[in-house]
Amino acid sequence: MALELNERNFDQVINSGKIVLVDFGAEWCMPCKIMDPVTEELANEVDHEKVVIAKCDVQAEPKIAQRFSIMSIPTLLIFKDGKVMDQMIGVVPKRNIKEKIDQYIS
Amino acid sequence: MDFNLTLDAREKSDSNYDVAIVGGGPSGLTAAIYTCRAGLKTCIFESGVIGGEAASTDLIENYPGFPDGISGMKLTENMEKQARKFGVEIITDRVVKIEEDISSQYDEYKIIYTNSGQIKAKAIIITVGTKPKLLNVLGEKEYKGHGVSYCATCDGFFYKDKKIAVIGCGNSGIQEGLFLLRFVKQIEFVEFLPKPTAEKVLLDKIKKYDNVNFNLNSSLLSIEGNGKSVTHIKIKDNETNGIKEIKVSGVFIYVGLKPNTEFLEGFVKRDKSGYIIVDQNQHTNVHGVFAAGDATIDTVKQITTAVGSGARAANNARHYIENMKF
Repeated sequence: MALELNERNFDQVINSGKIVLVDFGAEWCMPCKIMDPVTEELANEVDHEKVVIAKCDVQAEPKIAQRFSIMSIPTLLIFKDGKVMDQMIGVVPKRNIKEKIDQYIS
Repeated sequence: MDFNLTLDAREKSDSNYDVAIVGGGPSGLTAAIYTCRAGLKTCIFESGVIGGEAASTDLIENYPGFPDGISGMKLTENMEKQARKFGVEIITDRVVKIEEDISSQYDEYKIIYTNSGQIKAKAIIITVGTKPKLLNVLGEKEYKGHGVSYCATCDGFFYKDKKIAVIGCGNSGIQEGLFLLRFVKQIEFVEFLPKPTAEKVLLDKIKKYDNVNFNLNSSLLSIEGNGKSVTHIKIKDNETNGIKEIKVSGVFIYVGLKPNTEFLEGFVKRDKSGYIIVDQNQHTNVHGVFAAGDATIDTVKQITTAVGSGARAANNARHYIENMKF
């Protein structure tokens, strides 16, 4: 299962030393609903020693969305050592996300 | 929605179908309801959002049967549910090429190539729809996702109490503008033509608001910002050539649509703008390949007409298959 992020666990997770993919979305957004099963599948497939697949509800966590200037959803951010390495906006096929994540696994 | 039935094309690569539908918007879902009910083994390929463009429309008031209107999300979710009920397989993958199977010992199977595999089908219905046209102005790409948006229902939330611009005063621009007024402080509409082209009922609604301003007969020149987010736009008055700067935090672009038909290059005939040429039976110039909905030359781009042409394509695909020699 994708890890739900909130203000309490966000920094701890992105600084965990693993590659972290965060899927920013909201309940009212149709393209976000399409991403839900994609991130769930990814969460089941990735190497948990190296990668965390997480999601963040922009309505519940507006401060996090603001901090990363999220103005459009779905937005996917890839973090490494707490830093944003890559971003993808809109519906993205699973294989493209996987390829991006793989780039950052050293 | 039930996504458990979503299949990867690779897992299905050995399968042959009676009908393969490319595109899961209202037209494709309707076609699937008809072919499945006719007992034809049917799949839909969709690489993005099931429900298509219609799914992100806030309120649909011109689809019969819903006197109070219905959200695009709800309407298309219901269509999907209905198509699944009759047995359609929805495959999440992008179709990259279609061709005739010349090696087949049977009557013309078509081969559909996707990002991750290939399948064969006796008949094909193309319902790929359209996508929003880009304006190709300075700043549009740079600020996409950081002030430039094409989806009001997705992104309106981020512009609470802010001033925004909506580019285009056709039905989409005004309809989405009405939705955005729930959040924003003010809307500056920009329209290239001297008059808005939206339906009267929509224009009457928007004129009731005093926090909207219309910049007609004006061209958007650029979307500018501080590198992180949008701060203003520049527009030109087409008559006087006068240039005006308007402070806005966001720009929603609704300047028309473009058919998603690039992958059909060299396969079926399209018009100059890329719309698929079909006859009154939704048949393309290729035997056994049908097309319906917004991606065809039909000039009316409505859910009602997409649904109608989807049903027509499905019935004619069925006749085509019944007359094939296997």
